[in-house]
Amino acid sequence: MADYNTMEMMICAAARNLEDGKAVAVGTGAPCAAAMLAQKAHAPNLVIIFEAGGVAPLLPTMPISVGDSRTFYKAVMASGMCEVMETIQRGMVDYCFLGGAQIDMYGNLNSTVIGDWEKPKVRFPGSGGANDFGSLAWRIMVITPQDARRFVERVDFITTPGYLDGPGARERAGLPANTGPYKVITNMAVMGYDPETKRMRVESIHKGYTFEDVQANTGFELLKAPEVVETPEPTEEELRLLREEVDPNRYIIGR
Amino acid sequence: MFEVVAQGEGPLFMDPDADKAREFFRTKNRAMVSKVMTVSEAVGKFVHDGDYLAIGGFGANRIPTAVCHEIVRQRKKNLIFAGHTSTHDFQILAAGEVFNRCDIAYIIGLEARGLSPNARRYMESGKVECCEWTNYAMACRLKAAAMGVSFLPARNLMGTDTFKRSAAKIVKCPFTGEQYVLYPALWPDVSAIHVHEADIYGNARIKGISIADLELARASKRLIITTERLIPNEEIRSDPTATVIPYYLVDAVCEVPFGSYPGNMPYEYFSDEDHLRMWLNVEKDPEEFKKFLDKYIYKTRDFNQYLELCGGLERINQLRAVEHLIDLGGRG
Repeated sequence: MADYNTMEMMICAAARNLEDGKAVAVGTGAPCAAAMLAQKAHAPNLVIIFEAGGVAPLLPTMPISVGDSRTFYKAVMASGMCEVMETIQRGMVDYCFLGGAQIDMYGNLNSTVIGDWEKPKVRFPGSGGANDFGSLAWRIMVITPQDARRFVERVDFITTPGYLDGPGARERAGLPANTGPYKVITNMAVMGYDPETKRMRVESIHKGYTFEDVQANTGFELLKAPEVVETPEPTEEELRLLREEVDPNRYIIGR
Repeated sequence: MFEVVAQGEGPLFMDPDADKAREFFRTKNRAMVSKVMTVSEAVGKFVHDGDYLAIGGFGANRIPTAVCHEIVRQRKKNLIFAGHTSTHDFQILAAGEVFNRCDIAYIIGLEARGLSPNARRYMESGKVECCEWTNYAMACRLKAAAMGVSFLPARNLMGTDTFKRSAAKIVKCPFTGEQYVLYPALWPDVSAIHVHEADIYGNARIKGISIADLELARASKRLIITTERLIPNEEIRSDPTATVIPYYLVDAVCEVPFGSYPGNMPYEYFSDEDHLRMWLNVEKDPEEFKKFLDKYIYKTRDFNQYLELCGGLERINQLRAVEHLIDLGGRG
């Protein structure tokens, strides 16, 4: 089996969750690498969309910004923010990738403040397009390190809705039906959500880690999927694509 | 009337009344006259203390850097800022502490490059009154204003603390009973947008993504255009499809070649990542940053002088090569 690092593992695990013929809204970094890898490996008809207006570019290199000229290089359309957000609101974007300083068991995300909003200990950028993606796309994906300071019992501020406080809460709040968190991919595991309780559950664990490792790095009680398997390792071909075509300068996989 | 189900607790900095906006736009001159002036004149004439200010582009992509610098250089104060898709523009304006109220969608960060230490200190200082929104929420607010209506509905934001700290309202749809969030129209007092080409009257062309600039141009009461190049009106008239901002929206036209530097300008030059990294690094030490600001903004005469300090045309040539994916083979 090939040698690979943690970032390569996470990008490959994320990429495999993106189906052909669907659309994904991405940011820069690992999510963009995952979408590019999916296109090259198994989903040639995956549509990549950027919030600033880039639609289906042929990405020549990794973008630095979600609005830089790479994000609409040889694209089918260079549009604007309303066009993209409204495409998502109309139900035509299947996946989005999000991050944040904190995530809780319902997949709620905080990228606004640590501490009290009125007198924050740390101020972060805020929603950006995250709340828009997380409210409107069908499935929310997160790539983040497994860390008890990130995986918290309660986020200090719900910037972006996960399942809020449980089953039915998104719909009660007024968000589009049947949307919500889908997968969380970390350096240790792939997690999904229990269909009944909407709580985060471990679905597969990367080689070299145990459920106890994952739990020890999580600030709330994790559920287990009926069958917890070992996450398939990256294949030689995935690694070749990732290293030679997706990120030859190792901007992301070198982190 | 809609039944209001919930409302955010945040401050609404601007009046969303569409009739008041119409009264203002009624007075705006439709004469096709030259609006060419320097950035210094434009900022002096059209940016007033206490104004609501919005900046076009996307943070470090197609931004009117010269206008941001000039607002700081002229020491404008008590502005309200639209922190919408703002990154390096926010960093510049926060460095000058020119605003004390902020509608927040995205601030402080420079995306993957990291957070601005100085902007963060400023936002954590308690000097700035805040209201939370999202990128689409702010785009909707501008779109409502551009449409001449006082609000627009959308399906995001609900159920979150972002809503709680916004000035949005949630209502029931009178047709379906579904809940919708309503965004109040936003008519900025003044905005600045950097474009590829414009004529002396303000008819403007943008290549590539428009972000929220088409809405912003139409929502703004006063609009400063900085342009890579001035082009003849005949050229505008030879291809009207290319015009995305018509002249009657525009109050000032300033020719500023390389005017998005150190940001990216699509099809022209890429962002100067070294310079942006230098900003982020020097901000860690407030004393050093003060000297940096003196050197690059307060004691420079204009944007051309700033460009010279940053390496001038030689640097621009390198960034043009990066933009066009041309390998200069070390000769750049």
